[in-house]
Amino acid sequence: MSAPLKPLPAWADVALIPLINVVAAFLISGLVVTAIGENPFEAVRILIVGAIGDLEGVGFTLYYATSFIFTGLAVAICFHAGLFNIGVEGQAYVAGLGAALACLYLGFLPGYSLLVVAILAAALFGAAFAAIPGYLQAKRDSHIVITTIMFNYIASALMGYLLVDVLRVRGQMNAETAQFPPGGIAPQFHELLAPLGVHWPVTPFNVSFLLALAAAFGVWLLIWRTRLGYEIRTVGANPTAAIYGGISPARITIVTTLLSGALAGGMAVNVILGEEHRLILEFTAGFGFVGIAVALMGRAHPVGIVLAAILFGMLYQGGAELAFDKPKISRDMIVVIQGLVVLFAGALEHMFRRPVATLLARRTTSPPI
Amino acid sequence: MATPASGIAPAIELIGVDKSFGPVHANRHVNLRVERGVIHGIVGENGAGKSTLMSILYGFYEADAGEIRVNGEAVRIRSSREAIGHGIGMVHQHFMLVPPLSVLENVMLGAEGGPLLAAGAAAIRKKLAHLANEYGLEVDPDATVGDLSVGLQQRVEILKALVRGAEILVLDEPTAVLTPAEADQLFEMLRILKSQNKTIIFITHKLREIISLTDRVSVMRRGEMVATFETAKTSPPELADAMVGRKVILKVDKSPARPGKVVLEARRLSVRDDRGVTRVDDVSFTLREGEIVGVAGVAGNGQSELLEALAGIRPLTSGDILIEGVAPSHAQRTPKGIRALGVGHVPEDRHRVGLVMPFEACESAMLGFHDDPAYGRGLLFDRKAIVADEAAKMEAYDIRPRAPLLKTANFSGGNQQKIVLAREIERNPAIMLVGQPTRGVDIGAIEFIHKRIVALRDAGKAVLLVSVELDEIFALSDRILVLCGGRITGERRPEETDAQDLGLLMAGVSERAA
Repeated sequence: MSAPLKPLPAWADVALIPLINVVAAFLISGLVVTAIGENPFEAVRILIVGAIGDLEGVGFTLYYATSFIFTGLAVAICFHAGLFNIGVEGQAYVAGLGAALACLYLGFLPGYSLLVVAILAAALFGAAFAAIPGYLQAKRDSHIVITTIMFNYIASALMGYLLVDVLRVRGQMNAETAQFPPGGIAPQFHELLAPLGVHWPVTPFNVSFLLALAAAFGVWLLIWRTRLGYEIRTVGANPTAAIYGGISPARITIVTTLLSGALAGGMAVNVILGEEHRLILEFTAGFGFVGIAVALMGRAHPVGIVLAAILFGMLYQGGAELAFDKPKISRDMIVVIQGLVVLFAGALEHMFRRPVATLLARRTTSPPI
Repeated sequence: MATPASGIAPAIELIGVDKSFGPVHANRHVNLRVERGVIHGIVGENGAGKSTLMSILYGFYEADAGEIRVNGEAVRIRSSREAIGHGIGMVHQHFMLVPPLSVLENVMLGAEGGPLLAAGAAAIRKKLAHLANEYGLEVDPDATVGDLSVGLQQRVEILKALVRGAEILVLDEPTAVLTPAEADQLFEMLRILKSQNKTIIFITHKLREIISLTDRVSVMRRGEMVATFETAKTSPPELADAMVGRKVILKVDKSPARPGKVVLEARRLSVRDDRGVTRVDDVSFTLREGEIVGVAGVAGNGQSELLEALAGIRPLTSGDILIEGVAPSHAQRTPKGIRALGVGHVPEDRHRVGLVMPFEACESAMLGFHDDPAYGRGLLFDRKAIVADEAAKMEAYDIRPRAPLLKTANFSGGNQQKIVLAREIERNPAIMLVGQPTRGVDIGAIEFIHKRIVALRDAGKAVLLVSVELDEIFALSDRILVLCGGRITGERRPEETDAQDLGLLMAGVSERAA
């Protein structure tokens, strides 16, 4: 038995609490910056100006945000089914292989049809790599947290082997594939906008962003407006009720992990097809793990995830500027802030919930139900 | 310190106790006076505030306002440790025992008396022997708790409180898990404790128990203490009226059944639980249209597994189920398939099985039927249709508040149960499986639910009713099957039997001695 948590109004739940969590994370980060011997207000100024002070900053911010939207959605969709997919990092990595293979071996496809095929290949490879832990969870009860962590290492080893020994261009020193043909490349906005007379500085910000927004909307529709989404939420909220309702939790587990892996593939589209234009080692750079923070902060809701992804995009872009301007503050500081956001938005989510609820309950006197 | 008005101070006195959870006012200015050495009953519907009040008394919650006096002295109780320090011991409805440990170890838990166990164990062993002598509370201190019967486990809970020096025992719905015989033993035990000048607070919603056991009884309604009676001077109807605040008809009006053809037949069913233990053992029975067959038994004697097997949730170990004379194929033997054959199922546990608490009511109200094209023909749900459907059901079943978009968890127990009933009944099933339809449901809603179940029967449907409430079995059933240890120990017609007879069958005494 525990004291019942008073229900919070929706706006407080989706906006106020995450905001308080982020502010708390920033306050503690400020203390760390002060301890290093820098002025935290100056640091925040540099960070914000670097992230959104000019169009170049905005371009980079949104480029990073695109990856975070995909990885955040991948984690969130599993949350709805009561699954914790820690393997988005590895799934995105292997998805990159799918995109690369399509571009390298299907270069004969006309125009942008190659891009479409490459995107589908990325989703397919991501889904396939997620399918194994999903199957093991559904049929063998092997905990998905454990298996996906292990699968991240498998992905890393597999991709390292393929890039060094199989896909590397002969005579090349770098462990990377050849450049992709133009048809497989997701156009960047500065190229698209130039013919319209709009000048946008050169940044990796590319059409994958639109794909990410579409994916966010698609996930919203799926979760809250379709039968499959209903079944996913039922399994996540109450598996025994799901069985009673004729829903197979095993089937839902597998389907959800497949969808999650496919969404993780979106990150490979953004980075590999949108920026690198070749498959490189470790291009995921931990973004899959950041997706967990994004999903937690966005409360597993697509709108929240897009907002959280943009915040994390700002942190990445602004953090790079900060590290450049203030050598005492390394990029690791961003990892510290991230860690604090995860701590406050995830592990300590309920810390501010109760005081806020008490405060709101005192101010509003709603009739008992 | 307060000076008592007359002679000895009451064991417990609550003055103006008030407690709110957010907008929910659980206790409103509650006054209660429990004299020393009496058995004092507290009755009230679910959600009347009994449990909150007792939680305040043993330190789980702290009251927003008001005063607690123990033996005339104002005290503050902030934890169960402080409560027992004031001599208040709690026996919970769900036992707080560790099954793999021995009785002695369980009793010691939290009162070990130091880092080394030997000395404390010896002391507690002595105390247990003393209690066995004085009160006849005998339990083998070295027995493993998990092996004990439920009645004995409850005795261990009581011993735990007494060993810690409890003078005032609070029992929360203690008979819910007991056979009638075990309940009688408990009552005997409580009477002995009373004779030794212990004070007992007995929380229940069963009026019969109040009448047979208590000296005084206080009635709670909507967070308020509405009345206190001398038990000898009151009656069940008077108490029921006080609980509900209006006249209640405790008896269900129903005409004699007119059973038709057999629609469900169970042939030598055996079912295992998740751990592989056989819980339904060679059970056969038939169910006809236009009749209500009640399955009586103490909780945990296979009723749950039987119901789950019939609903296609749990596989059969052996035997056959025939629906309208036909055995469903293997592919049909799923919850979905069985539902499609016209079998409705109101599960025993609406929290764990029947509803999805974080869902909107209208979403919970389509569980199991979410494939119905009426809820949306294409890829997407038709939200308007879903909300309108539930709004209509809320009207027809008087579900309050009429808010299809409100979270399921925010409805009271009775209204949640009506959401389940409306969902299952409105599908017009030929066979209805009903488990514990009124568990945790207030008296007003019980009346409504019982009427609905009888109406279902009168419409020619076959109803299988599983309930641990004998009163409910008697009120509704046209035939009664008794389950004990997974076997049917007897079949009776309600007019040919009584609680004592059924109690014997429930305890596994197969047939009446001639």
